[in-house]
Amino acid sequence: MANLSVNIGAMSLKNPVMTASGTFGYGLEFADFIDLNELGGFIVKGTTLNPREGNDYPRMAETAGGMLNCVGLQNKGVDYFCEKIYPQLEGLDTNVLVNVSGSTPEDYAECAARIDALPGIPAIELNISCPNVKNGGMAFGVTCEGAAAVVKAVRQAYHKTLIVKLSPNVTNIADIARAVEAEGADSVSLINTLMGMSIDIERRRSRLSIGTGGLSGPCVKPVALRMVWQVAKAVNIPVVGLGGIMNATDAIEFLMAGATAIEIGTANFIDPAITVKVVRGINEWLDAHGCKDVHEIIGALEV
Amino acid sequence: MNMKKYALDLIVAAVETPREGYVLLRLTHDETLPEMLPGQFVEVQVRGSETTFLRRPISINYVDRVNNELWLLVHVVGEGTRAMASLKAGDTLNCVFPLGNGFTVPAGTGKKVLLVGGGVGTAPLLYHGETLRAAGHCPVFLLGGRTEADLMQLEHFRRYGEVLLTTEDGSVGTKGFVTHHPVWEEQQFDLVATCGPKPMMVAVARMAKAKGTECEVSLENLMACGLGACLCCVEKTHEGNVCVCKDGPVFNINQLTWQI
Repeated sequence: MANLSVNIGAMSLKNPVMTASGTFGYGLEFADFIDLNELGGFIVKGTTLNPREGNDYPRMAETAGGMLNCVGLQNKGVDYFCEKIYPQLEGLDTNVLVNVSGSTPEDYAECAARIDALPGIPAIELNISCPNVKNGGMAFGVTCEGAAAVVKAVRQAYHKTLIVKLSPNVTNIADIARAVEAEGADSVSLINTLMGMSIDIERRRSRLSIGTGGLSGPCVKPVALRMVWQVAKAVNIPVVGLGGIMNATDAIEFLMAGATAIEIGTANFIDPAITVKVVRGINEWLDAHGCKDVHEIIGALEV
Repeated sequence: MNMKKYALDLIVAAVETPREGYVLLRLTHDETLPEMLPGQFVEVQVRGSETTFLRRPISINYVDRVNNELWLLVHVVGEGTRAMASLKAGDTLNCVFPLGNGFTVPAGTGKKVLLVGGGVGTAPLLYHGETLRAAGHCPVFLLGGRTEADLMQLEHFRRYGEVLLTTEDGSVGTKGFVTHHPVWEEQQFDLVATCGPKPMMVAVARMAKAKGTECEVSLENLMACGLGACLCCVEKTHEGNVCVCKDGPVFNINQLTWQI
């Protein structure tokens, strides 16, 4: 049994496996299939200051090796999370993170401040990369100035570990990573979904209600891995890697590319117990290769 | 209703072809199959193709407790369902189930329930009919298809109640749609439950409303997770967007914003 524990900012994780926001509900949806306490952490669905209904149906289209979604941050707002959901998660022996989104820097900061007050939430993941909302979301994440403005506002209101989730829909993701690091982010996570489309040729219409959606699943993994590698070289803060991880081998690839921890997203829809299988698989690989600590493989890519 | 969910490798006991273009998968397990309610569904993993990446939601057709079997009646329409149709006895099929909320089984006994199915939408009504009958109610099945070849499992339905048929071409039963059947004028029901194409369910819901009868509909919106996590399969209700997979697939028509 190798040591699997890692640190992201002030947060310590028993292993590097977390879940990606929007693919794991509030965690409780998966409690019949896994022991949530076996995870390094999980990130609950995107939360905004005020409730959001999200986009119209249809919100999903299957693609080769993945799926598109345009959910659009449907959620019942931060107060609902604090009052109704948080009490159900408080006793868990794992890190529960909240993914925070908004339309203005002030929105983000106010939402983050309310979560700052919850002692059982050690970190937030700031979503400046949602491709499916009109205002805010990815609009902030595609320029260094926009990303920096949100992180600056949130950093003043939020005092625990701050992870910033980056969009891959940019010309140079390393520049954005450096911009948020400069404003005091403790970590960056990447990648959010890649913007894509799917067309029903008989109807000559998009399969998604808003025309475009975010692509996820194993089809995006090579792109995600390359971006994690680039960003890990560009910043001094820990990187959380995600994008198409389906098994322990994929997870180890991200760790070797420089990720300190990883998130599992779309794979939860294929196998609701995949997260704990990946934890076990990483451990078995480390044992089989004589590694005593997961840090021996983080950033171990040889070039 | 919060029933424990399972992810199990079920074993294919038999594959039947009740009609061309349809397949009945009879699945079993080494241990006793978990509790399931009529109207709930299964997320089936289809392996072997990158274009069938997500699981396929399939309604529970029947639970044979004597032989420990779960039946799935599948309309073969695409690559995923074709892969299911090519399964052989002895193969395994990974299933996440039971999912969602089922049809209402009324309190008391002796209630008359009209179960209206169209095409493969008849599938969940078999298990629902059995459950209603076992609870002491009187199910009546009104099953519709384009033609006689769309109507299946009639011998099974007849075990639990009267079976009435309609076909668009008149090849069997009353000619026309399910809403054209004289039973709507001849009998009074305490509850209507329907599953099938949306235009059919809208018409059935209108008919039930005109008669002052409560009506439940079973939806099949495109979905990914089946667990209420991804929020892809939403339906508009008077309380906002809700997940068909978790808050449905069965809804009372009064919850929905359909124009009936």
